[in-house]
Amino acid sequence: MSDLTGHAQRAVEAALSAGATDAEAWIEQATRRQIRVYDGEVESLSDAGGRGVGVRAFVGARSGYAYGTELSEAGVSDVARAARAAAEVADEDEHAGLPDEFGTARLDGLASPELAAWSTERKVELTLAVERAARAREGVTQVENAVYSDAEGSVALANSRGFAADYAATQTWAYASAFAGEGSELMTGLGVGLGRDPAALDPEAIGREAADRALALVGARQPQSRRCPVVLDAFVAASFVGFIGAMLSAESVQRGRSLFADREGDEVADATLVVADNGTDPDGPASAPFDGEGSRTRRIPLLENGRLLTFLFDSRTARKAGRATTGSARRGSYRSPPSVGTTNLVVEPGAEDFGGLARLAGDGLYVTDVAGLHAGVNPVSGTFSVGASGRLIVDGELAAPVRELTIASDLVSMLKAVRAVGSEARWVPFGGSVKAPPLLVGEMAVSGS
Amino acid sequence: MTLVEPAVAARVLERALIHGGDLAELYAEARQGFSLSLDDRRVERPQSGREHGACVRVVQGESSYYGYVDGLDEAELVRVADSVAGALRGQDRRPAALTAAIAAKGHPVHSRPEDVGAARKADLLRACDERARSAGPEVSQARLGYAESRRLIEVYNSDGRAASDDRTRVRLGAQVIARRDGRVETGRETRGGHAGWELLDIDPEEVADSAARKALTLLDAVDAPTGRLTVVVGNGFGGVLLHEAVGHGLEADAVQKRASVYAGKLGQLVAPGFVTACDDGSREGEWGSDGIDDEGTPTGPTTIIEDGRLSSYLYDLLCARRDGVDSTGNGRRESFRHLPVPRMTNTFFAPGEATPEELIAEVERGLYAVSFGGGQVEPATGDFVFGVSEGYLIEGGRVTAPVRGATLVGNGLDALRSIDGVAGDLEIATGYCGKAGQSVAAGVGQPHVRIRELTVGGTAA
Repeated sequence: MSDLTGHAQRAVEAALSAGATDAEAWIEQATRRQIRVYDGEVESLSDAGGRGVGVRAFVGARSGYAYGTELSEAGVSDVARAARAAAEVADEDEHAGLPDEFGTARLDGLASPELAAWSTERKVELTLAVERAARAREGVTQVENAVYSDAEGSVALANSRGFAADYAATQTWAYASAFAGEGSELMTGLGVGLGRDPAALDPEAIGREAADRALALVGARQPQSRRCPVVLDAFVAASFVGFIGAMLSAESVQRGRSLFADREGDEVADATLVVADNGTDPDGPASAPFDGEGSRTRRIPLLENGRLLTFLFDSRTARKAGRATTGSARRGSYRSPPSVGTTNLVVEPGAEDFGGLARLAGDGLYVTDVAGLHAGVNPVSGTFSVGASGRLIVDGELAAPVRELTIASDLVSMLKAVRAVGSEARWVPFGGSVKAPPLLVGEMAVSGS
Repeated sequence: MTLVEPAVAARVLERALIHGGDLAELYAEARQGFSLSLDDRRVERPQSGREHGACVRVVQGESSYYGYVDGLDEAELVRVADSVAGALRGQDRRPAALTAAIAAKGHPVHSRPEDVGAARKADLLRACDERARSAGPEVSQARLGYAESRRLIEVYNSDGRAASDDRTRVRLGAQVIARRDGRVETGRETRGGHAGWELLDIDPEEVADSAARKALTLLDAVDAPTGRLTVVVGNGFGGVLLHEAVGHGLEADAVQKRASVYAGKLGQLVAPGFVTACDDGSREGEWGSDGIDDEGTPTGPTTIIEDGRLSSYLYDLLCARRDGVDSTGNGRRESFRHLPVPRMTNTFFAPGEATPEELIAEVERGLYAVSFGGGQVEPATGDFVFGVSEGYLIEGGRVTAPVRGATLVGNGLDALRSIDGVAGDLEIATGYCGKAGQSVAAGVGQPHVRIRELTVGGTAA
């Protein structure tokens, strides 16, 4: 048993002594490093440690939460007592409580020992290489920043029903933001990569992607309004899928905040679109052996054969619906109690490479960036209108770059209008953690001039 | 209360500069908070938290080295200072002696929120729920949130600076859903400030009522028009347009990296002569106000557009040093886990002469954008997108039908140039601003402002 688990168990004991009828403690400890480079020099470098404990205390059907950064015996007791006190003001919730089933999934490879072998100097070199790769492309006028970050952390969870477990994980990211063009014609592009250790990051590819995305938009103009087929690139597809995933939380459904309420089992998408939430994918940044309240994580098919197979449940929403948890209790950090959410959303790749998608589109639009997704989508009705930029598709080939346009539809119409799924899926850290390929949507309203 | 004794701070700064550096800084913070929500008629998620920690930063040339730790013990602070110093390769440098600590001229808090019992806060949410539901039978759900926070901060640096601030914020938010047939609409409203419980003394339920009325109004909404239209932007939260499309581009870090369309435009005419805009972190009790910024610089007013001319960028210490100017008190950070960067505080258009009614009466066909669901801007180009959460058609000089799904798409410089009217009803609303992975409280505001022409991306065919 790790030290962290011991601390968590002490916190649970303290909550019970303070009068809680059930309790749970989540403890995190992490070291994070971040390197930003600009113009061939280190702009900032950080090395930081963090830790904290969060306690959920139940008093009958009431629950309260408290957190703190003090892991000493006294500190942990204070947090436990504060959680117990907070529970006093909550209204009773007959479905509240610890889960009925606990467990851990067998998961290897969440923590890479390779990370510890990398010196700061090597990581700086890698970050500089990302920037160089972006600058090397002709036409790139600026690389706003190139950033590397990593984290190695441990998590422990214990509760008053005897569950106690912990795990360790590592994660690395790098990204660059490149500019091409000048003045009001200046275009930006983002390149990203992620993995368990720095060796999984390809600095050349990340820098090049940032440059290529910016260069592809140089000279962009506002297109004429039209209705046409739209190819969403992997970044954009991931943003939409992440948004949709959030609406499949049983919490949103039960509270009347999801347009998918009452649609479990219904046809809500084209059959080519297959999506699962997979908390056990070894490459998934959000993978973990257990969820935020100690239930086993698993792979949950969400969309198959066009049908919406299930919502995502934690123990509370499952009890309310007369269902079983799907292991979907998520924690942002020790600063917040568990709530229902996605882990890694994975879109199954299809048969078409990018050329194939463009040919199927014929005359249409290739969207490489959307802005204002969270402001532009009505989460209840699903109607949206979001800003976008990208390239026109003419006769199945990429043509002139376009910007200052909006694409509009509603989410279900869009899901049903998916015509083809790209063959190359990639992890994208947008909209949560999503692995998505590009998607061809049969028709959307494009509004420009 | 002292978080870190000055003598300890002096020792930490000394250790931090052991391998050189132009500036060393110790930022210490203790934060506590309480929040509570009501959803589906039930008071839930009572939550309290306490954190303390510190960040040590050393600036050498163009590079910043920093580390942070959850804790304020001298041993922990020294360990962070040593780890930061370990990344530098220069000669030992002595920090200047610390001056006597200056407590910031804070903002008045008449009634400490932590002294108000949690049960009263729960009752407040119940009363808001009732008010929202009494707005009409079509109100189907209300979600209410109350949050209070207190942050004590101390900043010491090797230039001898020692400063502290005591910040209390209170915020009440309402989100109300109305349904009719298959139609579902959401209305939102908030009230918040750098203030105590007194902020909620007068009719706090009005927040819920206002959100409910917005949701009910939207039930009658027609699809938004598409095309180039005259847009009258509402006061208060309408200022998010200025914040996103102009303000971010005036933050000095973006300017210095030439990542802003406003780079090189100081002194130039960017708007009609009757347009003036400010950032002011010292406005009493406003949401984005503090006594000092997070580098210990006192907050104050900065005129960013004066009579149509771009007059200042927004600076933190680092960017100010680079341009040879003084910090404008805009070095802000989310917490001790983050580096300060130039950020807006309360940003707003100064009031003009017109009345909102006059601005609308002159519009033959246009959009009245009262409130936005949020927005996004690319500072490098100034291109922006905003979702209009509450909007109406303007037809024949009158506000007519509510519209749904409107999006404003445009460019900051173009929009500034096409402002053709500013009203006198300045109001500041509560926002959260995200930048560089950090979220801080930001006041957004303006009087009613009219923009001659903007692209409206609607849902109407």
